[in-house]
Amino acid sequence: MKEDLIKKFKEMAKSFRKEILEMIANAKSGHPGGSLSLVEILISLYFYKLKHKPDDPFWDERDRVILSKGHASPVMYVTLANAGYFDKKELFNFRKYKALLQGHIHYSVPGIELATGYLGQGLSVANGIAMASKLLKKDTKVYCIIGDGELQEGNIWEALMTSAHRKLNNLCIILDANGVQENGFVKDIKNEEPLKEKMLAFGFEVFEINGHSFEEIIDVLDRFGANEKPFFIIARTVKGKGVSFMENNHNWHGKAPKKEELEKALLEIGG
Amino acid sequence: MDKKSLRDGFGEKLVELGKINEKIVVFSADLEDSTRAEFFKKAFPDRFFNMGIAEQDMVGTAAGFAKMGFIPFVSSFAVFLTNQAYGVIRMMACYNRLPIKFVATHAGLTVGEDGASAQSLEDIAIMRVLPEMKVIVPSDYYETKSVIEKIVSIDSPVYVRLSRADFPVINKENFDFQIGKGNLILDGKDATIIAVGVMVSRAIQAANELKEENISCRVINMSSVKPIDENLIIESAIETGCIITAEEHQIYGGLGSAVSEVLSRHYPVPIEFVAVNDVFGESGEAEQLLDEYGLSVENIKNSVKKVINRK
Repeated sequence: MKEDLIKKFKEMAKSFRKEILEMIANAKSGHPGGSLSLVEILISLYFYKLKHKPDDPFWDERDRVILSKGHASPVMYVTLANAGYFDKKELFNFRKYKALLQGHIHYSVPGIELATGYLGQGLSVANGIAMASKLLKKDTKVYCIIGDGELQEGNIWEALMTSAHRKLNNLCIILDANGVQENGFVKDIKNEEPLKEKMLAFGFEVFEINGHSFEEIIDVLDRFGANEKPFFIIARTVKGKGVSFMENNHNWHGKAPKKEELEKALLEIGG
Repeated sequence: MDKKSLRDGFGEKLVELGKINEKIVVFSADLEDSTRAEFFKKAFPDRFFNMGIAEQDMVGTAAGFAKMGFIPFVSSFAVFLTNQAYGVIRMMACYNRLPIKFVATHAGLTVGEDGASAQSLEDIAIMRVLPEMKVIVPSDYYETKSVIEKIVSIDSPVYVRLSRADFPVINKENFDFQIGKGNLILDGKDATIIAVGVMVSRAIQAANELKEENISCRVINMSSVKPIDENLIIESAIETGCIITAEEHQIYGGLGSAVSEVLSRHYPVPIEFVAVNDVFGESGEAEQLLDEYGLSVENIKNSVKKVINRK
């Protein structure tokens, strides 16, 4: 059963990657690197774990997802469109004037809870949703996806203290630890390691996984819910995953592929 | 004139509202004793959150509560709230259109002895420029209470600017604040003084003293700085032919700028600004600092005479 699901997910991942690159190429701008690193995580959330209704985006009992690294809009939009939140043809108006799909994610898009794109702010809001859910005695789960480059923002550390201090066990933070930021490697620009030890010391239940392995992502998401402390997943990922010339290359943080580059990338992804 | 504390008005009204509205939640960055949000903390501990000394996190957390249908009041000192959390206020409250109520105390020179680091003289300007944001500067205790009650039902972010010092009581107990409306306090024909906050009482004193020199001044309390009462400004410009603005704020970007924007578009007349002249404050007593930094009654009177001469 799970094997069939994972087999299906692997095929979906290929088509998601293609759609991400096609929509960025079509828009002539956007952020491929940090979108490609999140493909498996978002598929696992939206097609396996989340309590949600794509035909009723404001369903009161839904789980909430806050994508704090709002520039990774392509992977979010592709995921939501494939889940049925809106028509896939919108993907080809991405970043265009008057289009539904803004450059950074915006709440006017069905399925997007919060406009982000100003790094460092999403986790505080996720905390607020988690705290409010507890006050309302709801069992809403909150998922907050942050980036490792983003982790250099001070606001996030204020928020991490809050998550732990308020014992927000209905909160699952997923760190897309792809190791690369706009101008180089995270470890060279402002080293954040040892991440696991830091998050343990803060007071999280910490799991470190391969963020491209559906087996590992699903396994860790299955554990979320019985925890007493807030949940922190360090997902080790590859920026630009799936396209050899984009992988681990900071130049592909925020650049659209040209026609020949797109063709080469689509061929590599295959499927 | 009797003096009363605006922040007491905020704290007391918050408790009254908390009793009838379960959706109200209150946030503090460890200053609830000073802001008087602690009145609410004592009455409703489950709906009060001291977020620690972390203004950005406080505003973001409040945004999360707003997403879940709550009405968050966020309180701190003006200088910390508007400066430290500006990016979050812009993005999470304004761009995300979440109706968070920002109530800042300790604005302006009247913070007094702590000195310039704590004296917010830029907040009207930087909050006024944000799309969706409304900006209100109450003049006294009773107006503060009415403002706090009225903003609960406003479906947008609101910034309310209060002070540390007690201000003279100029309004009646049943004062009814209306967003977007100025309040005509004294009528006159030679000039109009448009003021906010503590400067309203100083403008009244200046107008009363000018009567003895046969100068007749209109005094308007323009507590709703955004949206501003354009009609009242234009009408006063037509009827008195000149304007003086008075505010406990920098000369650039605040009330004076807001009034000038209206006049220059609709009915230009001579205008003078009573404000802090592009400098930081310093330690001292509240009243002393107002007098020393250009906000004296004498300076309002001189500005009135100057602007009348320019007609």
